[in-house]
Amino acid sequence: MPLVLTEEQSMLRDSARGLISDKAPVSHLRHLRDSKDPTGFSKELWHSFAEMGFAGLLVPEEFGGSGLGFVEAGIIMEEIGRTLMPSPFLATSVVAASVLSRGGNAAQKSEYLSEIASGSLLATLAIDEGAKHRPLQTSLKAVRAGNGFKLSGAKALVVDGHVADLLIVAARTAGDAGEREGLTLFLVNPKAKGVAIERTIMVDAHNAARIEFANVEVDADSVLGEVDQAAGLLDGVLDIGRGAVAAEMVGLSDEVFNRTVEYLKSRKQFGKLIGEFQALQHRAAELYIDIEITRAATMKALQALDADVVKATPAVAVAKARAGTTATRAVQEGVQMHGGMGMTDQFDIGFFMKRARVCEELFGDANYHTEQLARSRGY
Amino acid sequence: MSDLKASDTEAADLDTFRNETRAWLEANCPPEMRKPATSDADVFWGGRNAKFSSEPQRIWFERMRDKGWTVPDWPREYGGGGLSAAEHKVLRAEMARIGARPPLSSFGIWMLGPALLKYGNDAQKKEHLPKIAAGEIRWCQGYSEPNAGSDLASLQTRAESDGDDFIITGSKIWTSYANYADWIFCLVRTDPTAKKHDGISFILFDMTSKGVSTKPILLISGYSPFCETFFDNVRVPKSHVVGTINRGWDVAKYLLQHERAMISGMGERGVGRPLGQIAADSVGTDGQGRLDDAMLRGQIASFDVDEAALAACAERAVDLAKAGQAHPAFSSAMKYYGTELNKRRHEILMSAGGVDALEWESERSRQGARPRAWLRTKANSIEGGTSEVMLGIVAKRILDLPGA
Repeated sequence: MPLVLTEEQSMLRDSARGLISDKAPVSHLRHLRDSKDPTGFSKELWHSFAEMGFAGLLVPEEFGGSGLGFVEAGIIMEEIGRTLMPSPFLATSVVAASVLSRGGNAAQKSEYLSEIASGSLLATLAIDEGAKHRPLQTSLKAVRAGNGFKLSGAKALVVDGHVADLLIVAARTAGDAGEREGLTLFLVNPKAKGVAIERTIMVDAHNAARIEFANVEVDADSVLGEVDQAAGLLDGVLDIGRGAVAAEMVGLSDEVFNRTVEYLKSRKQFGKLIGEFQALQHRAAELYIDIEITRAATMKALQALDADVVKATPAVAVAKARAGTTATRAVQEGVQMHGGMGMTDQFDIGFFMKRARVCEELFGDANYHTEQLARSRGY
Repeated sequence: MSDLKASDTEAADLDTFRNETRAWLEANCPPEMRKPATSDADVFWGGRNAKFSSEPQRIWFERMRDKGWTVPDWPREYGGGGLSAAEHKVLRAEMARIGARPPLSSFGIWMLGPALLKYGNDAQKKEHLPKIAAGEIRWCQGYSEPNAGSDLASLQTRAESDGDDFIITGSKIWTSYANYADWIFCLVRTDPTAKKHDGISFILFDMTSKGVSTKPILLISGYSPFCETFFDNVRVPKSHVVGTINRGWDVAKYLLQHERAMISGMGERGVGRPLGQIAADSVGTDGQGRLDDAMLRGQIASFDVDEAALAACAERAVDLAKAGQAHPAFSSAMKYYGTELNKRRHEILMSAGGVDALEWESERSRQGARPRAWLRTKANSIEGGTSEVMLGIVAKRILDLPGA
């Protein structure tokens, strides 16, 4: 598979870019932040997304989706990264849709997937509990009770947690934190008794929540996949999320970089355009190379996911690790090269720096994925 | 729909090609040629005075040559294999799969050949390309001059017109393997009054011509792969100029892109034993099989991330070129990153080897193969244009930053 976009994919990119840059430039995020918008994203825009087929991009056609692949999802994510548009796309259309279509039974699929495709249902995966992404450290307990289970524990950084209509919760039905065996996924209604949701206002002004579960009762039908055996499903779904976030970081890095290069070509200091200074030229060139290499690694990972999710882990680890490092560098250079202006809230660059930090933590940072690669290579 | 069918057929043909290639390589590549080269003698460079270091080396070379696979993507009429870009990719992947060595290493293949295919006239192509493909003539490159370095266009070697000939006088430096080469492709100044880039020609001549002499330069690695090369009134027919007289800079630039692509791949990405395993041999592992040096393990892991990402980028560069979307200066970006990464690789190898990697002269150390290779890599970010020059090219030609 060549590492270039096909004609259809280029068209998809152009239509996504058109919509997003037109309706949701960075000022859109700024407005949502400043007005303390309770939803945290534009429902109207999400409706347009669904109309264009983006909400159900990964949903199979039999459930009303477009049945496209992860390369296509990455294309949308990259465009989202360019303007930092807050949207349910990642949590609902990429991660939750993948959990349901890969792990759901026939009833669960038909109940939820078509609603995701139409844009009427928001869903999210609740996985992390501690400060760092450690899926196997899940300790939220689910104990058998009557016909079902009772869930107790807490989750952090649940993307769109306060607006989701459906929570997909990773819980421990057996074993101890750190073990692969004993993990189970549950579909939980956020309005169920015992669920307490606190929207966390984060540095990047995107949606996230802390959620507490106090003896939340769910019936046996709410188990997604097999009891105690969710680790394999989670591996694949988290890798899909990681590939998507890497693509968002490529878009974000590229946008910060373009803005920075334009600034180097227009800002004068000491009687010269600052882009004439070799020190800045070389740093800009290095960053360009970093971004191109990361872009290729991310395309490779998304193609690997399309070919076989189970075998894609090393490629995804490379992409997410590279994307984290490159985005961090891109935003740091962006702020530094913009000088004092880069430090002001009035200027957009800071928004990119904040989002990059969140994307870096989401589904594992560069250290986490570098470690994964080392383990997969057996040293 | 018809497009879909066409691409299905293509894919099926490619699968057939892959199966046939795999079977052929399995039957024809001697086991000894499926290990990474460990010394200079393992590399076959061809040429009038070429000697094979072993029988398997000879067999492997001759079989590949007979198939046209020393230059798989060149046209058959010039001794190539006539493979499409997709087939060439398959062949490379299949060779990498079994760790097959290149049958022939040659500046003629990597650099001159592509330039001749683009700029050479019919007579020049017919004369030189088949001999390059068959490893009969070994070429060297006369680009750099003393005091010029990466500022290539300030070269001074002059070629004065004398009837149908040029008389060439001057000297070159860093001429790789000039002392073993049969012919040279050389940049000379044919118009000293023209602007820097405008009076240069690209010319070919035999190293046994009267007035040519070479002197090896000993390096910190203890080797002398480079030479100083002197031209004292060397007579060369004007018909040996490639492209137009005084327009040699176009040829030179095109060739440099190939040189940079070649140097950026010098780390042989993905070939040979992984660093993590090499390090485990010397530093050992803990109870869980992890390297017993956490910082070194981290360095290797982050190297592996970058190496895999660069490999993807190299693959993408080829795909972009095929799709007509490549930026001509992108090889400078690859050259920069590939060489810096290769230096990192060898720093890690030295660190992993510890005291054992310091040995310089012994059978045990294969005459200091590891430290000599480490020192050799330091030239990667200098030869073919320094890292700083590469970054300058990216800044100006790709990013369009102002100045100079």
